[in-house]
Amino acid sequence: MRQILTLALVFSTIRLATPLVLAALGGLYSERSGVINIALEGLLLAGAFTAASVTYYAHSPWVGLGAAMIAGALVAYILALACIRFRADQVVTGTGINILFIGLPAVLSGALFLSSGSTPQIPKENLLPTLSGLLPGFMPHWRILTEVSVMSLLALILVLFTRYVLYRTPFGLRLRAVGENPEAADAAGVGVNRIRYVGVVLSGALAGIGGAYLSIGQSSLFTRNMAAGRGFIALAALIFGKWRPVQTMLACLLFGFADALTIQLQGVPVSTVFLRIAIAVLIFLVIWFIAHQLSFLNRSRIIELVSAAVVSVIMWRVVYAVTRGTQNVEIPVQFIQMIPYVVTIVVLAGFIGQSRAPRALGTPYQKER
Amino acid sequence: MKLLREILFPLLAVLAAFIIGGIVVLLIGDSPIQTYRLLIGSAFSWPDGIGYTLFYATPLIFTGLAVAVAFRCGLLNIGAEGQLYMGAFAAAWIGIKFAGMSGWVLLPACCLAAIAAGAIWGGIPGVLKARFGSHEVINTIMLNFVAIALVSYFTQYHYKTPGDPILETTPIGPGAHIARLGKFIPGLPERIPLNFAFILAIIACVFVYVLLWKTKWGYEIRATGANPTAAEYGGISIRKQIILAMAISGGLAGMVGINEVLGYRYRYYDGFSANYGFVGIAVALLGRNHPVGVFLAAILFAILLRGGIFVDAYTIHVSKDIVDMLQGIVIILVALRPDAIFGSLKKFSKAKA
Repeated sequence: MRQILTLALVFSTIRLATPLVLAALGGLYSERSGVINIALEGLLLAGAFTAASVTYYAHSPWVGLGAAMIAGALVAYILALACIRFRADQVVTGTGINILFIGLPAVLSGALFLSSGSTPQIPKENLLPTLSGLLPGFMPHWRILTEVSVMSLLALILVLFTRYVLYRTPFGLRLRAVGENPEAADAAGVGVNRIRYVGVVLSGALAGIGGAYLSIGQSSLFTRNMAAGRGFIALAALIFGKWRPVQTMLACLLFGFADALTIQLQGVPVSTVFLRIAIAVLIFLVIWFIAHQLSFLNRSRIIELVSAAVVSVIMWRVVYAVTRGTQNVEIPVQFIQMIPYVVTIVVLAGFIGQSRAPRALGTPYQKER
Repeated sequence: MKLLREILFPLLAVLAAFIIGGIVVLLIGDSPIQTYRLLIGSAFSWPDGIGYTLFYATPLIFTGLAVAVAFRCGLLNIGAEGQLYMGAFAAAWIGIKFAGMSGWVLLPACCLAAIAAGAIWGGIPGVLKARFGSHEVINTIMLNFVAIALVSYFTQYHYKTPGDPILETTPIGPGAHIARLGKFIPGLPERIPLNFAFILAIIACVFVYVLLWKTKWGYEIRATGANPTAAEYGGISIRKQIILAMAISGGLAGMVGINEVLGYRYRYYDGFSANYGFVGIAVALLGRNHPVGVFLAAILFAILLRGGIFVDAYTIHVSKDIVDMLQGIVIILVALRPDAIFGSLKKFSKAKA
């Protein structure tokens, strides 16, 4: 166990969570305004490709970052146009954008760089720097802290900024109003569709930054379909975080941790003791969930918990008897990879606290005549 | 008028997508005419062109029908990708476990396993929606990833030939092989993997038509999709319809495994699907969620898939990725509401006048 839980794991978590945080924040602006954003995956890819190819020509990561932001915003504008002006189904349009951006970057990179779907390597000095790379000599005794990418810091700042914007500014109030009750917002004089345009375009810009981090921060080139489902994990984190900025960031860190663990656990045997504890917790949660569903048990939380505990202990004895004698086992990485998705399904089903979507999420708004 | 619109609008969307794609090709520096000639023309040669096109169309017909059935119930099944993986693995699993059995028993068992596994995987989000009201779109997306991880685990840890560098299972028993159509059609060589699953796909089209428009079940599914409140008032159990529609949808998606495992590779191959589940959404939308439309749309996309290989080989700059690009554009354009487009056109011309 000890060789797994190290400082390296913490930094790996931060590194892997950064693009998730940026994309999920983007999703937050769009979904809080009432537009479902399934397209986060495509927006990440658009940002990643733009950042890599612009940086390759301009030799500056900052130009690439800016271009990625603009590209993300432009693509999101297409999504907004289709969903708001032409009242297209938001999920379908988002799926279309995701497929479009599997193809388009590959077509363009084939033409620009004569490659099959990837951009050339970008030299290390042209990548987005770490904190110590940006400010040499800044806090020299805290090398550990300054090895973090600037983008991770930016993501943290953006989370706090979003929290401020969402709950403390008139724009944030309007954004939330438009997502919860567009009719009332309209009656109060808020331009519903204009706010939604802003929300969706902002979401594209943020996801574009996240994509830039993937191609010119974490790695040094764009490869075909490099987002690899991160857009969907970001969406999951947004739901797990109940559409709130700080909670969403924590969810991203949890999912980033699962990802980091996947890399660390590859081929490393884990002690059965640890595994048994994990299984015990899992059994208890499942039984509690079932108990919660049974009408004769869920009258009071105490009855529910006690009965769940009793059944769990009995089942646990069975599992213990079966696994007796084994010392170290290898956890298949696939099971750790599943964690974010299973957690999202469980959360959406209303267990571990209600996660309620903005009320007008997914419905186009049409002014009454 | 209604029929004309149903046909005209998808055609316009495809045409518009081709024009946008043509502009991209032109900007890249290739000839759009030559690209499209390769992209579409390659499909019409006998036997290779037509044989491969129909083979590529088979999974798209299944996933297109899957999305269409769910759509008729007012549900969006983004999870066909996961359901088809579960179906394919289940078919291979039965084929490996009972490899020695006679084909008369094994083949139907494998087919039923594919359908059942898909139906269960599709039914889960149905139950979650009916019981807890959680949105089927998110749940099906999440279940896609769970399914892919799950079958990858079973393949890697339990059913792989030791030492095989490729992530694939051991071969299925010969009894479970589906005959290729080349055996029966003169002039069609057997190396072309077009098989009886294509006939099954046509039967599935007929089945979906009869189910949706000629039976009480189908009527209830469509009523739920058209207006859930009215359907409930009319005595239809919406919850039951949601679960039923998702299970049927998943079962249809699972049938992709019949074509892939039993008719083509004769084993489960990890990550075989070329986004069939997602392209199924485009197929269903373009086909206006009607079996005939789904069939035609699947053929169209199959033509593009086939042509993409030739575009890759014979043009200078354009790669086969242009097919993904065109699919994405078609999905976005088909999703637009015609009345909203005409509305803004009117506004535009008024503003000009």
